[in-house]
Amino acid sequence: MTEEVITIDENSFKLGEAVAAVGGIDVSYCYQCGKCSTGCPVAYEMDLTPTQLIHAMQLGLQDLVYKSNTMWLCASCLTCSTRCPQGVDIAEAFDTVKILMQRNKQKPQVPDVLAAHKSFAQNLRWFGRMYELGMVAVLKLRTRKFTQDLGMGMKMIKKHKFNLLPGFEGSRETRNIFRRVKKQEKA
Amino acid sequence: MKYAYYPGCSLHSTGQEFDISLRAVCDKLGVELVEVEKWVCCGATMAHNLSKLLATSLPMANLALLPEMGLDEVIVPCAECFSRFKIAQHNVKTDKKLRRNVVEVIHKDCNDDAKVIHPLTIFAEEPLISKIPGLVKRDLSGLKVACYYGCLLTRPPRITEFDIDGYPESMDKVLRAAGIAILEWSRKTVCCGGSFALSKPDIVVNLSNKIIEDARSAGADAIAVACPMCHANLDTRQDDMEKKFGAHPRMPILYFTQLMGYSFGLSPEELLFDKHLTEVDSIAKLVN
Repeated sequence: MTEEVITIDENSFKLGEAVAAVGGIDVSYCYQCGKCSTGCPVAYEMDLTPTQLIHAMQLGLQDLVYKSNTMWLCASCLTCSTRCPQGVDIAEAFDTVKILMQRNKQKPQVPDVLAAHKSFAQNLRWFGRMYELGMVAVLKLRTRKFTQDLGMGMKMIKKHKFNLLPGFEGSRETRNIFRRVKKQEKA
Repeated sequence: MKYAYYPGCSLHSTGQEFDISLRAVCDKLGVELVEVEKWVCCGATMAHNLSKLLATSLPMANLALLPEMGLDEVIVPCAECFSRFKIAQHNVKTDKKLRRNVVEVIHKDCNDDAKVIHPLTIFAEEPLISKIPGLVKRDLSGLKVACYYGCLLTRPPRITEFDIDGYPESMDKVLRAAGIAILEWSRKTVCCGGSFALSKPDIVVNLSNKIIEDARSAGADAIAVACPMCHANLDTRQDDMEKKFGAHPRMPILYFTQLMGYSFGLSPEELLFDKHLTEVDSIAKLVN
């Protein structure tokens, strides 16, 4: 990262406040010790280290945060949240940024990851329990990566690892849950 | 001993070997599992990326089914489900507003006192741990196994309340009691790439390969796991590891319950050894 002057004004704290309001995480406790980044198994793929992203959140640098690939590459292994000496749940803070981005219709830097989450959610709403073949099909349509993992998928079908047809146990329940969650989050 | 049982989606499909072998082992140990009838998906590794209310409501909707069964302890073998159940209980205990919202979503009260238990916890404790050596029928003392716990059972420890964070011992203890040679190694709880199985497979190949390499350098003939996601990543990506790093790992990956069942004299067919993409037949040669 290059050095630059950042002007702090009343708008600077809005992002941190939104993360606290939506996810219940107060990022202001972070003092940049770097323990989260040292333990992160995926830090090598990220443009900002977890510490830098949390710092950017503290400073309210919304554009920098939203344009980062870091939270989309978080594997949710929870090493950072476990090790933080200040008790900041970093992984939950990243989840919250992802949720805020979806509410604000912001494009993710790693679209395939969001596509996988959405395919999963759709599957769950329809079937109540995960129907893996259906989920993979929807994901392929979303990402257009039709040949990725085709060989592995065929082997898994041959081994009867997947159910070929979906069940609908609990689908009424999950449809209701999704509907009520949506209603509450709109209110 | 009688428990409610929440298998979760994976154990009904890609991780069915875990379900079948767990049931078989519980049967031998005299543990009765009663499957929760109308269970739904817990939201797994995805829902928390979309909505905290959704990610908390799905596990709580499942726990709300327990009082109808007259049980308040539930066995949750899948590490993902286990983690989501524990985190959801923690969320509703610590956030009153969220709790109220969850009650409105699930139309039932929050069952935050239900005991969510991983099978390793009860297997590693009395009375079951002392029962295990008496059930051993096959001598597996020549089989060297690295126990891999992954992320979600142990982290964060204040929420999962499972074993020692960083260097857990319960699986080691259980498999040692079943007569298997257990190795000390350093990647017991290092991430395998988890939910990137479908969206960022290159990350999975990198991280899982390091785990297998480390187990091999410790001298492992096989890796034991307790999570269907870890199993999928370590087992199904070995061809990709060969493409990327040159050598095929050919490392058998088994659920700890399959190894227990094998030690108890169950056949490879009964334990669904043939379901794995990477062959596990090599362990048969190590039976004394």
